[in-house]
This record gives sequence, C-alpha cells and structure tokens, in this order.
Amino acid sequence: MEFALSETQYMLQESVKGALSRRASLEALRAMTDTGEGRDALEASLKELALSALIPPEEAGGAGLGLLEAALVQQSLGSHAAPFSFAARSVLTPLAVMEAGTQAQKAEWLPKIAEGEMRGALALSEKSGAREDAKITEKNGRLNGRALFVMEAEDATHILTASQDGRLFLAPKNQKTVKIAGLKTIDGTRSFAECLFENAEAEPLSGENARGRSLALILSAARILESADMLGASETLLHMAVDYAKVRKQFGKLIGSFQAVKHLCAEMVAELEPARALLWFAAHDFGENPDAAPLNGCIVKAHMADVARMVSRKATEVHGGMGFAQESGVHFFFKRIGVSIQCLGGPAYLRGEAARMQGWA
Amino acid sequence: MDLSYGKDYEAFRAETRAFLKNHADKHPSQNRYDGFTKSSRAWQKTLIAHGYAARTIPKDYGGFGAEPDILKSRIIAEEFVKAGAPMGFQNQGISMLVPTLLELGTEEQKKRYIPPTIKGEMVWCQGYSEPNAGSDLAGLQTRGVEDGDDFVINGQKIWTSTAQIADMMFCLVRTEPDAPKHAGISYILIPMTTPGLDVRPLTTMTGRPEFNEVFFTDVRVPKKNLVGRRGEGWFVANATLKHERGMLGNPNISENRLAGVVRLMEEETEDGARVMENPVFRDRLAALQGRVMAMRYHGMRLLTHSIKGTDPGVAGMIVKLQGCELNHQLAALAIDVMGEMGVLYEDSPHIRADGSWQWSFMYDLGLIIGGGTAQIQKNIIAERGLGLPRGDKEPVPVRAAAR
Repeated sequence: MEFALSETQYMLQESVKGALSRRASLEALRAMTDTGEGRDALEASLKELALSALIPPEEAGGAGLGLLEAALVQQSLGSHAAPFSFAARSVLTPLAVMEAGTQAQKAEWLPKIAEGEMRGALALSEKSGAREDAKITEKNGRLNGRALFVMEAEDATHILTASQDGRLFLAPKNQKTVKIAGLKTIDGTRSFAECLFENAEAEPLSGENARGRSLALILSAARILESADMLGASETLLHMAVDYAKVRKQFGKLIGSFQAVKHLCAEMVAELEPARALLWFAAHDFGENPDAAPLNGCIVKAHMADVARMVSRKATEVHGGMGFAQESGVHFFFKRIGVSIQCLGGPAYLRGEAARMQGWA
Repeated sequence: MDLSYGKDYEAFRAETRAFLKNHADKHPSQNRYDGFTKSSRAWQKTLIAHGYAARTIPKDYGGFGAEPDILKSRIIAEEFVKAGAPMGFQNQGISMLVPTLLELGTEEQKKRYIPPTIKGEMVWCQGYSEPNAGSDLAGLQTRGVEDGDDFVINGQKIWTSTAQIADMMFCLVRTEPDAPKHAGISYILIPMTTPGLDVRPLTTMTGRPEFNEVFFTDVRVPKKNLVGRRGEGWFVANATLKHERGMLGNPNISENRLAGVVRLMEEETEDGARVMENPVFRDRLAALQGRVMAMRYHGMRLLTHSIKGTDPGVAGMIVKLQGCELNHQLAALAIDVMGEMGVLYEDSPHIRADGSWQWSFMYDLGLIIGGGTAQIQKNIIAERGLGLPRGDKEPVPVRAAAR
C-alpha cells in the first residue's frame, strides 16, 4: 500500500515545471498570447524533455509511461497556463493507436508519434454532448460532417475523431476535403478549431478493441487530463492568492490577517487537496482497471470542475480589484479553467453520464 | 503507487471477515452512541480477546498487546463498517484518555484506570469546554486551589457528553492563575461521585440530552490525580486532541452513508416514481459521490504518510472540516429525498430508518461545531497550513510537507 507519487514521477513533474518557469513566466505568457513571441523558445525547451515519447512503448522509441505520468505533465502545463499542445498530440493519439490500432498501424505510427513527426488533434467534442447537430459520419471509408471544439488542431498533422457509431479514425489534416477554421475562446492559451470533413480520407483504427470501448477509454483519458490541467491552474491561483494576501496591506494590516481572507484561502486548499488525491487515483487506475475508467473519468472531471470554478472565483476575490485586472495574471488561469470546465463535458453532463453508467438512470 | 494491501494484509482481512461471519448473530445492533449495556460489554470483551478492540493496548493493562499497525486497524474499521457490526467502544475515555495515560500517565494511573476503561466498566467524560471557553479553550476559568494533599476545584464545564453516566472525568483546571494563559492549566482526573459535583443535562436540538453541564463547588481531588506536571495540562490535552480530530473524519462513515442514500433513492417514491428517476436528485447524488471518493483517496494519501512517518503538511489539517461537512450534506440529501417523510421523528408512524437520518442531520451540525468549529479549523488551515499571519504578526514560514 503506497498512495503517493514515486521519486521518478515527482522528478518528471519537477523537470516540466523547471522548463516552464524559465520559458512560461507570466511575462512570457503575456508575450506569447499577445504576439506569439517566445512560443518557439518554449517549444524548443520542452522538446528537450521528449514529451511526445512519454506514452508510446519502448519498442516504438517511447518511454512507455502511463496516464498518471501524463496527468502530472498536464498538471504542470496547467500550473503555468502554458500554450503548448500535449494532451491530444502526445497522450490521446498514441493511446488511441495503442488501444484500437492494428499491428501494422502501431508499427507505422507509434514511432512517428514518439518522434513528434505525427501530431494528432482531438475531435471528440461531439461525443460529450454534441452542439448544433454537429456529427461525423463514415461511408465507404470517407468521413463527412462537422466537428466543433477540436483540440490542438494548430500545427497538427492528423485529426483523431469518431464516427456516429463509435469507431475511431485518424484523418490526415492536409487534404482539400478537410477544412479548418479557428475558434476564439475566452482563453488565449489553448487552441480550438472547427473541422469540416467533406468526403475526407481517414484510416479507421480497426484493431481488436476497435468499437465503443476504445472511444470510451480515450474520452476518459481526455477528461482525466483536463482535470489535471484544472488542478495545476487551481494550485497556481491558490499560491498567487496566498502570496498576495501576505504582502497587500489595507487598514494598516496585511489582508491575510483578516479572517474573511483567511477563510477563502482555507476553503480553496481544503477542496484542492482531496481533489488531487481523486485525480491521482483516476489516472493511476486507468491503466490498472480499464473497465472502471469511463466512470472514473466522469466523476473526477465533474468534481474537479466544481473545485476549480470555486478556486478561480475565490482566488480572484482575494486579489480584490487587481484580480479583475489583467496586470495580476489571474485572468490567464481563471479563463483556462473556464474552458476546461466545459471541454469534453461540463459537470452536469458528466454527472448524468456517471448516473447512467451506474444504472441509476 | 500501489493501492493493494498485499498478501499478508489480505490474509488478515480474510481472518477479520471470518470472525465477523461467525459472530454475525452475537453482537448488539449498531449503537447510535455508546450505551454501556451488558450485551455491549460482552461484545467488547470478545473484541479485545480477538484483537479487534484495545488492539495495541499492552496486555499488562488488559489490552490485546499487538504492535501498532495502521493498515490492520484500517482493515478492521473497513470490515466492521461493511458488516454493520459495532466496533469496539469509541468513547472519549478509550480514544482520548487511554492514549494520554499511556503516553504521560504514571504506572499507578495506567494500572488503575486503563483496564476498566477499555472493558467499558469505567466510563469517562471530558471536562474541557466552559461557557466562556469554547473555541478559545485555553481561556478556561475553572479554578483548582492547592490545599494540603488536594486541589479544591470551583467552576463550571459544559458540553460534557456522557457525564450523566460517567464514573470519572478528565478535566482541565486552572491551577496557576498568575501564569500565562496556556501555562497555568493542569490535567486532573476527577471521580464523578465527589461531593460538590453537580451534573445537569443539556438537551440539544435533537431532543435528546446528549450533553451536560457540570458544576463544581469546593470539589476536593487528591493531587495524585494529576496527569503530567502541574501547569502542563495544555500540553497533556493537546496530546489527546489530535486523537479526537483524527476520529471525527472517518471516510468509512461517508461511504456507508452514500450507499444508504443510493438505497433510499431507489426505494422512496414521489408521485409514484422512484426518486432515483428524478435527474435533479441524481445530479446531487453524483456530486456527493465525487466528494466521497475524493475524501476516500485523500485518506489513502494520509494513510501512506502515517505508514512512512512523514508529514502531510496542510493536507493533514483539512479532514475534520471536510469530513464533517460532507456527512452533513449526505444527511441533508437523504432528508430531501424523503421530503415530508424526512421530518417525521421518534415514534411517528411512517418513519424511515428509525429517524436516523433526521438525527444525523442535526447531530452532524454539532460535530461541525464541536472539537474546534469549522471557522476555527479554517483559521488553523490558513495560519499553520498556508502561513497567513496571526493577528498583527508577520507571516511565518510554513513547514514544508513531505511528498
């Protein structure tokens, strides 16, 4: 019995945080989101950590690590609101190939994914509550339809999506039959797009586990990663609030000496610590017990969304007016959380799914 | 990361299950609070003999004499809760006084008090809170004045649960009125039959006299009843308070309650439809399930720290606050599920589960307030856990938590 991060897991997280604190400080983040300046440096700095090789197995040139390690990386990215594509490209795409691909597909794609040559975007929003009738259908090996809120499409080579009947496909992005238009969200640190497929070529992931189970697992992994990002962003907000309360004075006193402020901070940490444990469990259990993963993914993301929304609000309030001003930097995390809460299923949708999966509904 | 208990511990779990199966019809039904009946004492005796109660109390003092093993204690708790069998007595004498005596008592005090206490033959109550010393416990004013070989005690205690049936009280008394507030307190053991000691019941909102007020008029107690040194009672009491705070946030209770709410939602109907069919209720249930799971794994994380002997930092300070609140919310949901049926009480017709949800809903509020109110817990978390300043003092650095 040991429910704690190992030395190696801890070091992994620290090394990502180290690279980010050099390249994704608040100042750097401002420049990256305003003009794009500094993004190349961040990419280069993280490339040294070979994050694209985290998930693919050793025979494909990867490290063969699990979702817990991936979640720790995502948590670090969230803690810096880093504009860096990782979840779809380096976790969900290789997981989908490993889970649902044929031997030939695995042999061909996993080394390329590990190298960073093949980069998948994620177009599964329609599997978590489709909006505006968006959907993807497959006929004669071709994809048609619209996908909204496609993650990490910028700079991707492929798009990972699923047909109406729950089969996973990888479609090359650079073909005339795939049209991509950027979506602008409240958050400038992550990219979203909509994709129109007009009789587009795509390769089905048609290995042994091809149907619904694979889709459910990928959705679960995606929700766990969103939760990790929210945890990281929430931790940063808590630290910013506590640090601010230790230096800001009003009425001749540090505001952190007022109980009203203390209690806001205590409420944040009291919710965050158990949420962290729930995330560790869901990410660890993903590899141990895949049958439970779909339910765990719903529970952890719905819970983390509630916690992160509470933290993002209270941390802003501790900062007073400055929390509302962009100068403080609070807004980066507030808005990144705001997007994550809705992405791949908001809390009400996910609790509905959790109820259904347990036979309550 | 490894969530399995391992082969040896699973063998211990199997042993525990077998014991519970063999004794399924030999124990009293779950006690709402410890009644010290003949059957509950007999059950306690069986539990001690098999190592399921007073497990780590040395044999010399009537215990089972096992080495402390956090995982085994946890397995016992898990299996007893699952089987619906009452655990060993968990009154304040056993959970707070006995560990204190083991740590700080004299040999004579240990021999005299521990054996009857763990058997349930000697019942204790805790004399800490006073009308003007609740959250600010160290401000207590009950005075003990030295007179020959005795202390003569005058004053008043409140919120003294089980005082009406207790044989003894462990009590905080101000013996050094001129010393700074925390340094003037002594920890004294007082027989409840001492002349001048008057117990009056205090009825709570549950309608039951769950607490008492205790009045002291020239109560004479021998000096040898002091635990630890004179003036060091605050230190002695803190050695026990940590036991109480650990006890108040047991995640097993929340898991059992969650399962209870699920059953209730399957059974109760409104306009002919099961409450479970109502999506609003399902949403509330699923939200609480997330919270219960978060506390469960948080508990596992703290358990790992206990096993390794490392400091969990702020993560260790939130269990009482979050656990009590969660239990209260589970009871609140159960009441809403029952609707009007959820406000019936005591011997009313149509009542569900003997009114236990209604009782819990009210009693839990007492637990949120007692043992350090939620607001005091938040101060502790903010000051000791996050390093926010106390009063006008500058912030202090926070001790770094182990991973």
